[in-house]
Amino acid sequence: MSAEPSLHATVPAARGEVLLEARDLARHFDVSKPWLQRVLERGERLTLKAVDGVSFTIRRGETLALVGESGCGKSTVARLVVGLYGLTGGRLVFDGEEISDLAGRSGKQAAAVRRRFQMIFQDPYASLNPLWRVGTIIGEPLRVFRPEMSATDRRRRVGELLEQVGMSAPDADRYPHEFSGGQRQRISIARALANEPEFMICDEPTSALDVSVQAQILNLMRDLQDEYGLTYLFISHDMAVVKHMADRIAVMYLGRIAEIAPARQLFASPHHPYSTMLLEAVPSLEGAGKERTTIKGEVPNPVHPPSGCAFHPRCPHANERCRREVPLLIAHSDGSEVACHGVEEGRIE
Amino acid sequence: MSSIPSSAERSPAAAPEPVLSVRHLRVEFPTRHGTLVALDDVSFAIAPGEVLGVVGESGAGKSMTGNAVIQLLEPPGRIADGEIHLQGRRIDNLAEDDFVPLRGRHIGMIFQDPLTSLNPLFSIGDQLIETLRTHLPLSEKQARERALALLSEVGIPAPETRLDSYPHQFSGGMRQRVVIALALAAEPELIIADEPTTALDVSVQAQILALLKRLCAERGTAVMLVTHDMGVIAETADRVAVMYAGRLIEIGPVNAVIRAPQHPYTEGLMASIPAVEHDLERLYQIEGAMPRLAAIPPGCPFHPRCPHAQARCERERPDLMPAGQGQAACWLHDPDDPLPRRAGSEKARPRRENAHER
Amino acid sequence: MSRDVQAREAGGVATRPPGRLRTFLASDIVHSWKQQPVVIVATLVTLTLFAGALFAPWIAPQNPFDPGQLQLIDAFTPPLTTSEFSGRFYLLGSDSQGRDVFSAILYGSRISLLVGFAAVLFALVLGTALGLSAGFRGGWRDALIMRIADVQLTFPSILMALLIFGVIRGFLPRSMHAEVAIIVLIVAIGLSDWVQYARAVRGATMVEKNKEYVQAARVIGLPAGKILFQHILPNVLRPVLVIGTIGLALAIIAEATLSFLGVGMPPTQPSLGTLIRVGQDYMFSGEWWILLFPGVALLMLALSVNLLGDWLRDVLNPKLR
Repeated sequence: MSAEPSLHATVPAARGEVLLEARDLARHFDVSKPWLQRVLERGERLTLKAVDGVSFTIRRGETLALVGESGCGKSTVARLVVGLYGLTGGRLVFDGEEISDLAGRSGKQAAAVRRRFQMIFQDPYASLNPLWRVGTIIGEPLRVFRPEMSATDRRRRVGELLEQVGMSAPDADRYPHEFSGGQRQRISIARALANEPEFMICDEPTSALDVSVQAQILNLMRDLQDEYGLTYLFISHDMAVVKHMADRIAVMYLGRIAEIAPARQLFASPHHPYSTMLLEAVPSLEGAGKERTTIKGEVPNPVHPPSGCAFHPRCPHANERCRREVPLLIAHSDGSEVACHGVEEGRIE
Repeated sequence: MSSIPSSAERSPAAAPEPVLSVRHLRVEFPTRHGTLVALDDVSFAIAPGEVLGVVGESGAGKSMTGNAVIQLLEPPGRIADGEIHLQGRRIDNLAEDDFVPLRGRHIGMIFQDPLTSLNPLFSIGDQLIETLRTHLPLSEKQARERALALLSEVGIPAPETRLDSYPHQFSGGMRQRVVIALALAAEPELIIADEPTTALDVSVQAQILALLKRLCAERGTAVMLVTHDMGVIAETADRVAVMYAGRLIEIGPVNAVIRAPQHPYTEGLMASIPAVEHDLERLYQIEGAMPRLAAIPPGCPFHPRCPHAQARCERERPDLMPAGQGQAACWLHDPDDPLPRRAGSEKARPRRENAHER
Repeated sequence: MSRDVQAREAGGVATRPPGRLRTFLASDIVHSWKQQPVVIVATLVTLTLFAGALFAPWIAPQNPFDPGQLQLIDAFTPPLTTSEFSGRFYLLGSDSQGRDVFSAILYGSRISLLVGFAAVLFALVLGTALGLSAGFRGGWRDALIMRIADVQLTFPSILMALLIFGVIRGFLPRSMHAEVAIIVLIVAIGLSDWVQYARAVRGATMVEKNKEYVQAARVIGLPAGKILFQHILPNVLRPVLVIGTIGLALAIIAEATLSFLGVGMPPTQPSLGTLIRVGQDYMFSGEWWILLFPGVALLMLALSVNLLGDWLRDVLNPKLR
């Protein structure tokens, strides 16, 4: 784990001040078997380091994307930020206020922070309570954060929200099962918008949707960002979607950030060998029929990550140092930050 | 392996008889609210060694087409009309008992989740050997050797040590390799692969697709690749069939369909896919959603969402007609009286949601 | 998986049915009901027996619990006979006390049903509460509750009920036994039966609490209690209600068994089980009706309620079909 904070050489962008700062976030899960079974089978305690020393900042109005393959910890980061999981280590600062203990907070103290951000989930079929009417679902944040609001006002607001996401006010009286996946995701977005949050955490918001519906939802999310100056933390495994949505991209691998760079920068000249590999793996419509370079290996089991740089068994440039020493994020001259010994030493272009 | 046509015969023109030929297939689901037509007049053929991609959004009927071919339609679904021929032999009217020997021996299957195709209680070796011996006259020893050869062919490192491993001891990608080995074991003439890489990470996806494509090309196996992912189709397929609301609306060589789609739906679909190569402010979006089976509009099923739709599209249903290098079911391509394209509806025209035009 | 996909594709139909959840659900249930003659018969039998029990005071010719109304002289009158002494008509005969068997069955099933419903409700509330707590909180609560459940499951539930029944009676003065018999029965059967509710609720709770709608509620900081009662509880109730319907038949049988064994309702307030126990003494001496009719009544009640429960489970759980 990096005892030393990463070097944030990035110049403050014109976008605005830092809204969220995450420093050395860590979240470990105990994945060992139940105590009795462990004793009987002489098993060891197993710890899954889902997130292990992740640092990044998000500026107001920008979109930071976290990309990576399954098990890289990107969804865990999202859940740490909104306080669904408590931090094992590290700090979270939201708009100048330390919120590292958010998961344990309750009452007014928590509400003051929680009302300022919202989350959109992946599965449109699981993210809406099936027994509630759409209006009740969208109105829930209002009932929590603005208890003084009258039922009539709330109803009007729900209608407005539905129209804002491209649906109609009478839809409030229907149940979630009456809607398609894309419409449900719109309902999810309406719920997230209800309390006028500044910051939206989007966990794979379109990966359960068909492409034509995905286009509708991505466009909607951009419109809302333009309209309300929203800040997005956008989690996805799809490089093309990320490229379309993000200002900056953090590539994650096995609980750590391999590279953070402005979106254009990353796609034009990725530094980390893993970023390069991910980009090569993207199926290209333009190159139809052409073989893409196949990549070796799979993501290892995160319970037993490789020593040193976790990527070294799949990396064509790995050497002894990579097997031994965990690389830290180091700022590169072009504004990207890369955690790679090879890049640091100039072995990799 | 020797009796199978080589990959030299891959071009469709050189193949006198297709491996699979589906003609005017119609699948119905009788429900108490009326009969739903899940597939309507679907016709296509796959030549030996050819990969036909079947693409569409959920509910378009792409998986159902595959399931109709292998007679695994979910009840009460039934084939109401049309014919399916495998190597010239009609198979859609076979009784279940007569059909069972076909699965595995003549038609191999690969599903999205490898765990559904593998029995968790038996080792990989047992399953491969059993499959081989069920379909081919091999001794235990011969079957074991074939199993080893297959595993090394699908890229399982040190197969002799993995033969006795159980499915849960493999990673997702390795499992799907085993499934491919199983599907290819009896040297079937046709492989139906239903979303074979959807559950895999993108880097593993590429490996599996390349493997599937190479092995089938070597053996001259025809592949029906069902997927929602245009990228997968672009990588793997020779031809692509696009489905919409239970109908086949466009079919043609993969490059042609992707570069110059002929049906307005395909056109919209292509434009709505975000691409790494482009910087777009907004993605093109097809308004609305695909109709439910219970409410498929008359005429062309796409007309309510089509930028070019005219009165004729609401009345008359277009059949597949020659368009570009392939065929499309759209009146824009009527050889006698082509419908004019509407101006101002070019690809990727930025549009805004109704709600935001205030 | 592909079957799943297929189901979803075919189910494209069902994604947006016309009308509300309730009308949709109701129409499906009604449709399935109409299709199955066995279920229709079971419904009619259940309704008849329920009505008979509910309106017993108005239907029954005598109140079998009131010793003043019994005619000892009419003892052992066979069915369909008018007594030559009192001039009363006995539809299903009378027993050794001159008690009208038909009336005894009506009043007896009243007690059987009361005990059955109350025991199920008791088990359901207890089991649901413990299951919710175990599934939602996890940790030592979960371990403790589920180990107790496991231990209890190793005993046959009727043995458990006997044990509980004995223990509770041991703490009560003898004079109170007859008065509180019914309550003791309810508690004993309920306590012996909570495990299956707890297990079902715990499993469902663990699934629901990780669903994204619950996470969404946690993101806005909804307190755990509200999440539990507003979001999770309503979504885990369906399996509980199904178990409850089937549990009703089991509870009725459990009550009959206990009463038959002589530890349930006293002969002065006979339930169906008590009637059968009393009747078996006369099985071989020619007065067969004292045993047969209460036995048939219990059989019909338990069977039809069970059939209804099975049907309801199938209708509400399409995956089991």
